[in-house]
Amino acid sequence: MRVRFWGTRGSIPVAMTSAEVQRKLVAALVAAAGRGLDTAGKARAFVENELEFSVSHTFGGNSSCVQLETDGPDHVLCDLGSGARAFGNSLLATRGPSGHRFHVFMSHLHWDHIMGFPFFMPAYLPGNHVTIYGCHDTLEEAFRRQNRAPSFPVDFSRMDARIEFVRLEPERNYDIAGLRVRAKRQHHGGDSYGYRIEQRGKVVVYSTDSEHKQDDPEEVAAFVEFFRDADLVIFDAQYSLADAISVKEDWGHSSNVVGVEMCQLARARRLCLYHHEPIFDDERIARLLAETRRLEEITRTDHRVEVWAAYDGLELAL
Amino acid sequence: MELAAKRFADTVALYPTGRIDHATADSFKAALAPYLAVVAAGRDRAVIDLAGVEYISSVGLRVLMLASKQVKAQGGALAVADLQPVVREIFEISRFNLVLEVFPTLREALAKLSPAALAAFEAA
Repeated sequence: MRVRFWGTRGSIPVAMTSAEVQRKLVAALVAAAGRGLDTAGKARAFVENELEFSVSHTFGGNSSCVQLETDGPDHVLCDLGSGARAFGNSLLATRGPSGHRFHVFMSHLHWDHIMGFPFFMPAYLPGNHVTIYGCHDTLEEAFRRQNRAPSFPVDFSRMDARIEFVRLEPERNYDIAGLRVRAKRQHHGGDSYGYRIEQRGKVVVYSTDSEHKQDDPEEVAAFVEFFRDADLVIFDAQYSLADAISVKEDWGHSSNVVGVEMCQLARARRLCLYHHEPIFDDERIARLLAETRRLEEITRTDHRVEVWAAYDGLELAL
Repeated sequence: MELAAKRFADTVALYPTGRIDHATADSFKAALAPYLAVVAAGRDRAVIDLAGVEYISSVGLRVLMLASKQVKAQGGALAVADLQPVVREIFEISRFNLVLEVFPTLREALAKLSPAALAAFEAA
């Protein structure tokens, strides 16, 4: 299985400002001084191999959308935030306009997780088939409501793909598109659902928009089981721990510190920080990643958890 | 997890030892409770000396957050001091150094909280 991140930002899409672009350019030019980068090849090699990630890249600004590339022919996504637009366009450009089968697992129906669907071009093209799965009873209503006046000029009925909605029950196993899928209810305004997705012994847990109450031992144990031995845990780390349990308590998000602890307890192989705080720039997220890796290192016992920070375009092979 | 206490004039210094994690946070919270109950404006102050704590998890940090909130609500003062290097890093990464008063040493905490306590500490 291969996991590809199309949207990783929390709450609202963001874009780099001119000032941020300029800061990166200045940092790159200063680092390149005296290096004799007089060809595009040399410059590219320098950018790819020597510049810090936060200078040479951006974590990106699309809201939640993750693709699971499985052994099968179907396309599998988690959430339809603004990253779904980029995924849809890329797919049409590389694989043609129709004949696609999509399975989408929705964490919840807040705007930042559904806003990509009106711009998801495969949904407008006949010959495609989209099944949207979720645990909320307002699943279909939420999608239809955003695709009609006065919120959007093109009505849902103008989408020519076959689109269906399927309600799932949490804590129950389903076999969908060759995957074993189980949803779990999470603490978030109006509830959200995490997904444990397995195929051929590989396990991905998609757990965004989830606040973990660490003082409730039963809840901690239940989530540790949900994360148990996962090859990858995609984890909402929008806030610092101090914020998450003080001024932002009950806002429905978690922290890098809790992500490390849960993955250590569950003996997960990889933790991927996700749903980045929209006010954080690239330097701040890069620092958060470095600190999280350090935390994992100084608190490690007999099990190592590999720590990543998701960015738009990141691909992880499991 | 053990908790010892020592009084310096109007300030009580609390000395937990061991790991404060999912297994011990509840007993840490219970052990702190009687000392926190009497911390208030014009009365006791409290400093938690973490020199003997080798690790603190999120649930342990939450106990400190609740202690700080309780003491503030009572009009009192609470600080932590003397963090081991690993615990100091955990404070920094979790940003708890921004929401709790953290001092390098117990002496510096006492100096900030109470001249009488500092004098008692120096005389001890």
